[in-house]
Amino acid sequence: MAYGTYVVKRVLLIIPILFGVSVISFGALQLLPGGPVEAAFGTRANAELVEQLREQYGLNRPVYVQYFDWITNIVFDLDFGQSIRTEREISELLTTSLPVTIWVAGAGALVSVVIGIPAGIVSAVNHYEPEDYLATFLAFLGLSIPNFFLGLVLILLFSLYVPLFPSSGFVSPLDDPVQGVRHLALPAITVGTAISAVVMRMMRSSLLEVFSEEYIRTARAKGLSRALVTNKHAVKNALIPTVTVIGLNFGYLLGGVVIVEQIFAIPGLGRLTLTAITTREYRVLQASLLVIAFMFASVNLVTDLVYAYLDPRIKYD
Amino acid sequence: MTEPQTDTTDESSPPPGAALLSTGRRIFAESRLALLGLAITLGVVVTAILAPVVAPYDPTAQNIAEAQLLAPSLTHPMGTDQLGRDVFSRVLYGAQLSLQVGLIAVGVAIAAGVPLGLIAGFYGGYIDETVMRSMDVLFSFPAILLAIAMVAILGQSTLNVMLAIGITYTPIFARVTRSGVLSVREETFVDAARAIGDTNRSIIARDILPNVVAPIIVQATVSLAFAILAESALSFLGLGTPPPDPSWGRMLSNSRNFLQTAPWTAVFPGLAIMITILGFNFLGDGLRDTLDPQNETEEGGSI
Repeated sequence: MAYGTYVVKRVLLIIPILFGVSVISFGALQLLPGGPVEAAFGTRANAELVEQLREQYGLNRPVYVQYFDWITNIVFDLDFGQSIRTEREISELLTTSLPVTIWVAGAGALVSVVIGIPAGIVSAVNHYEPEDYLATFLAFLGLSIPNFFLGLVLILLFSLYVPLFPSSGFVSPLDDPVQGVRHLALPAITVGTAISAVVMRMMRSSLLEVFSEEYIRTARAKGLSRALVTNKHAVKNALIPTVTVIGLNFGYLLGGVVIVEQIFAIPGLGRLTLTAITTREYRVLQASLLVIAFMFASVNLVTDLVYAYLDPRIKYD
Repeated sequence: MTEPQTDTTDESSPPPGAALLSTGRRIFAESRLALLGLAITLGVVVTAILAPVVAPYDPTAQNIAEAQLLAPSLTHPMGTDQLGRDVFSRVLYGAQLSLQVGLIAVGVAIAAGVPLGLIAGFYGGYIDETVMRSMDVLFSFPAILLAIAMVAILGQSTLNVMLAIGITYTPIFARVTRSGVLSVREETFVDAARAIGDTNRSIIARDILPNVVAPIIVQATVSLAFAILAESALSFLGLGTPPPDPSWGRMLSNSRNFLQTAPWTAVFPGLAIMITILGFNFLGDGLRDTLDPQNETEEGGSI
């Protein structure tokens, strides 16, 4: 199969998945005992008010009509409806929290690369030497430390004992670069650590694979130094699978962001989702689930396409 | 799978359990990492079993008047929490809860995922498409978020936490099983079984399943780590095991208000989670190296 055909097939395949995702996100509301209006108002709701609100939000119509209405408004007008409790436009809530989440996720990915790639190189170059064992051990630690524990430890060390960084809040680096970076530092390390371990292990194993290739031996035989061969030839080729592994772990990254936003009180999508759950704002929950799943699916798609493009050996199936 | 156990079609062959046991011996002889992982894991299991014997206090007994937020000492080796409960006893009982939730959640995922993967891989065609595309939909949510949403819908209880985590990990088992089935489906011994008139059900159970067990065991070990982590994460977010049960995640969550004055309320449960996860990761990695050499980096770590 040609690459073009693969792209078309892969893009078309995402449509039924997004449809399924939208049905699940919408279904969350339907499974709820009582329904969204009762959920939002709890015991304060009287029957008359509930009926009036159900009428107002169109909740007395058949479920499939409600779903169709909901999804067409989103697809054609980016209209996610209103929050029942605060009466704010949900699209407005999403546009303020989405960039925040992208900042945190991006900073986390950056941390994972900045730690993981050099560590992987050091590990592979010193294969089966103490450096390699140390890096591998640290990678296992990084994978095993829960991000919510790491976050608390970082707050304890670097914002309570040694007050270098703030322990909560968010400032966009576009508004104030210094404060922005200070606020992002601890959350980014918290999210990035586990992924840096995955990146390190991937970088190590793909670099070792490249080292065994013919052209590396040729380069060494020509008399080029080990450092030169590593930097000039090997690292570049080992980067391809390493970068894709970040894409493959995007779901993990997003999951981490949800937790980190809660620890550091960052007003992103994760916090919006959790607040929607505790305040029983199911319309907001539906919308944020849909947006997160959409982000996740898009990144997976791009990762697959990039990987297939870069690696001609892949079989498109 | 490069070495299908062709002898399973033979009536006189030893039971699959014997083969598994000798493989087990080989793994721990070859991989020190797996051995270390097994030691840590067994340590956690023994801690969980012996918790009622070893724990010096009742894990839920409060003593606000006399023992609130005491620093670690001989009487309270890990100090006490904001309600005067002994942190050491709670950490010990926490192992019980974590293992219980982890095992049942992974059990749910296996019970649902393995049959789905067997059916999808064996029958192929539209059955395969339908099953695997539905799995893809579940896979389209970040795991922890899917679990959060499910607990929100099902309601907060320990049982629902197990169910939510189990459903979240079902697609992984379906995928692993399916790819194992695809690699043995065309083998000669399957054709042979078909030729002598075995039913599909018997072929799946007696010829296919024993050959896909290894990757499932590896996946189960790794998933146990993630399931325990997921329970802690849910409890940390206030959506997991309801109080007063001693969940490590909830203990960490409660510690946030006293982080500076009583860091021991955070450090010990945090270390407990970390050591447990480390054990399962070592074990899973060692098992993967010996049992499943082809699968090197698949799903390196997605919670």
